[in-house]
Amino acid sequence: MAGHSAALDSKTLWGGKISPFSTSYGKLMMWFFLVSDALSFGGLLISYGFTRHDCLEAWPIGEETFNSMPFLGHGFPLLYVALMTFILIISSVTMVLAVEAGHRMDRKGVTNWMIATIIGGFFFVGSQGWEWYHFIHGSEFGKIELADGSVAIVKGHFGEIKNFTVTTPGNHHKEGDVIKEDLMHTFQHAAAAGHINNGIITLHDGSKASITKEKDHELTLIVKKSGRVNKASKAKRKITGVKAEKLYYEALYSGEANRVIYGANLKQNEYGPQQYAQFFFFITGFHGFHVFSGVIINIIICLGVVAGTYQKRGHYEMVEKTGLYWHFVDLVWVFVFTFFYLI
Amino acid sequence: MERDDLIEYSLDTHHNEIKGKEIRKKIYKVTILLTLVTGIEVFLGAVIKQDASIWPLIKWTFLVLTLLKAGYIVMVFMHLGDERKWLRYVILVPYFIFILYLIFIALWEATAIKSVLTYFS
Repeated sequence: MAGHSAALDSKTLWGGKISPFSTSYGKLMMWFFLVSDALSFGGLLISYGFTRHDCLEAWPIGEETFNSMPFLGHGFPLLYVALMTFILIISSVTMVLAVEAGHRMDRKGVTNWMIATIIGGFFFVGSQGWEWYHFIHGSEFGKIELADGSVAIVKGHFGEIKNFTVTTPGNHHKEGDVIKEDLMHTFQHAAAAGHINNGIITLHDGSKASITKEKDHELTLIVKKSGRVNKASKAKRKITGVKAEKLYYEALYSGEANRVIYGANLKQNEYGPQQYAQFFFFITGFHGFHVFSGVIINIIICLGVVAGTYQKRGHYEMVEKTGLYWHFVDLVWVFVFTFFYLI
Repeated sequence: MERDDLIEYSLDTHHNEIKGKEIRKKIYKVTILLTLVTGIEVFLGAVIKQDASIWPLIKWTFLVLTLLKAGYIVMVFMHLGDERKWLRYVILVPYFIFILYLIFIALWEATAIKSVLTYFS
């Protein structure tokens, strides 16, 4: 969009003789900032690829890890993250429409499209919050170390725990007590600490109880790390049916600590190697922080639009500059989506 | 304080209603394209398993589609396609030099680091 043949004064030309790129200083500096920021993300994703290559088969697969939807449960591979991607693309579109309205000096148009962008941004940040919660919280089955030393992730529908019936009294519970509260939490804690032995759970107060639980459905073990018997090689990695159930509960009810891992933190996670969760938290967290700050910047600029600052100035270049940042956030997500979730 | 965002360049990008309609049409086209590409990616990712023999091809397809999406975002949404040629080069050339070097060095050094890790584990 060159074509300004009119004489420009020296201030416009940054004090030089010829304008380098026929663009304003602010816009050019925004571009330079984005280049450096893109290099940070590039470095992160390359180190991710490097680490993943080093771990190979033990590394989690996106469609196996991210297959939940809010309110709907499991069995929807990649659908949620696709929805997030769609939200971010749409908010990028509303941003570019705001920039376009700005070029026509249409203040109302800019305001409306910017508000739409901000709403989209909040939706994305909220979705990421849910994703993190789900990732940290983990699945009902967890990751299990089988008797032969192999490590497997578990898929299927967890049969509901009905109650614990106390068989040996402790400090708090009496014999014959039927416990119906906080079952899943207690169960997972006890399983991870090795307090379940042959189907008998030891509760906090030292009492022992039997577990009444519905049957699991379609329980599948996907072996991620080879043991003496079960191999992680491609042909043999899935174990299903009665055999899977036997192996899983044998390990879960072994009475040994740390045979099962639920959820994720920086030290361990149920999806794969330790670095996996670290990369997840850092890359999506760094991106999420960018989105969050983008929303804040958008809000500030939107207030300026409403106040009429840019109408008075005669152009909406500030909207264009924040637009650049917002599109960049979308651009980064396109790559994170491919390398973290798809491949 | 003297303003550094002087009005001339910023006014260059102004356009009228007719041109605006044209630009909006282009934006909607790109929106549909990006949504379709994302849909295809998710479909392929959900349907084809990573142990399938066709997977390496799918992986390259993902890479190509991602670069396509990125290209449209940068060139149309970020208006880099409308900027001067030299501005485009100043943004893209340094980035590609650094990132290709980083990829190269990661691949090149990987063999050495792999042997070290194997030795110590």
